[in-house]
Amino acid sequence: MSELTLNPTAGADAPRYYLRDEHHPENGTLLGFWLYLMSDCLVFACLFAVYGVLGRSYAAGPSGADLFDLPLVAVNTSLLLLSSITYGFAVLEMQRKHLRATLVWLGVTGLFGLGFLSLELYEFAHLIHEGAGPQRSAFLSSFFTLVGTHGLHVTFGIVWLVTLMFQLGKHGLTEANRRRVMCLSMFWHFLDVVWIGVFTFVYLMGVLP
Amino acid sequence: MSAHDHDHDHHGHDHHDSGHAPSTLKGYATGFILSVILTAIPFWLVMGKAFNNSSTTALVILGFAAVQIVVHMVYFLHMNARSEGGWTMLALIFTLVLVVITLSGSLWVMFHMNNNMMPTMHDMRVRP
Repeated sequence: MSELTLNPTAGADAPRYYLRDEHHPENGTLLGFWLYLMSDCLVFACLFAVYGVLGRSYAAGPSGADLFDLPLVAVNTSLLLLSSITYGFAVLEMQRKHLRATLVWLGVTGLFGLGFLSLELYEFAHLIHEGAGPQRSAFLSSFFTLVGTHGLHVTFGIVWLVTLMFQLGKHGLTEANRRRVMCLSMFWHFLDVVWIGVFTFVYLMGVLP
Repeated sequence: MSAHDHDHDHHGHDHHDSGHAPSTLKGYATGFILSVILTAIPFWLVMGKAFNNSSTTALVILGFAAVQIVVHMVYFLHMNARSEGGWTMLALIFTLVLVVITLSGSLWVMFHMNNNMMPTMHDMRVRP
């Protein structure tokens, strides 16, 4: 993938230049991935803005104080925070070139991610069952859009994580795989950063009288 | 040959090709402990109803969230002014400017729209 992005600037002797550049510290992939995360940040900023505008338009329906179960959100938050630190352990083991320990920590991270996702799906199912689905009010539409988009990111993060674990199992800690682990690390920690905004702005501020 | 030398030399002091400083257990542990504290306090403030005034609580928990985001950026995402020659920081600052414009602009404009244009707030006699 970086091959394609590097070729236009490399000129006629592109393949040779590329091989030299593969191990270069300023490999563009991580910077490019950071730029993707920043654009994702703008997507979330828009969704936060929508929620900020519509978050109190209940249409005579239930409000956040009626619906949100803060202990559940606290468990969810701790699951995501724990998955962040376990991903950190995976990166540390990768730096020590311990393949098996890296895979174990990645697996633990995935399990915490799955736990987060199941609790969120349980919460959504519960809300919809109570008649507080996304069609009930502008508040609930924007709530489901914002929290659902975050949940969708976590889902794709887990898909990526499982794929990466298979690649690591097959090819080991190669240069390319280490780069992928670092990209997913940024993605995973970024999702945790977004979740800070969600639990503060949506859940905690939503139950305030 | 020279490429190989370069490669070898590079791996001597840096274990991944990011241009970031290598991650350390101390960094992750510090970040995690700070995050736990910065998460627990807002939850306690809201669930324990520490302040009577909602807007005070909202301002305080937003402050905690801002600090925690910085903690995550520094300890988990390894942000600093040097990584990738400063380009990540520049991209981040640019994004933050856009985020602030998006959020404050939307809230400000829509708040005034609600105040001035909602039919219920309007004097119904001027409507045809």
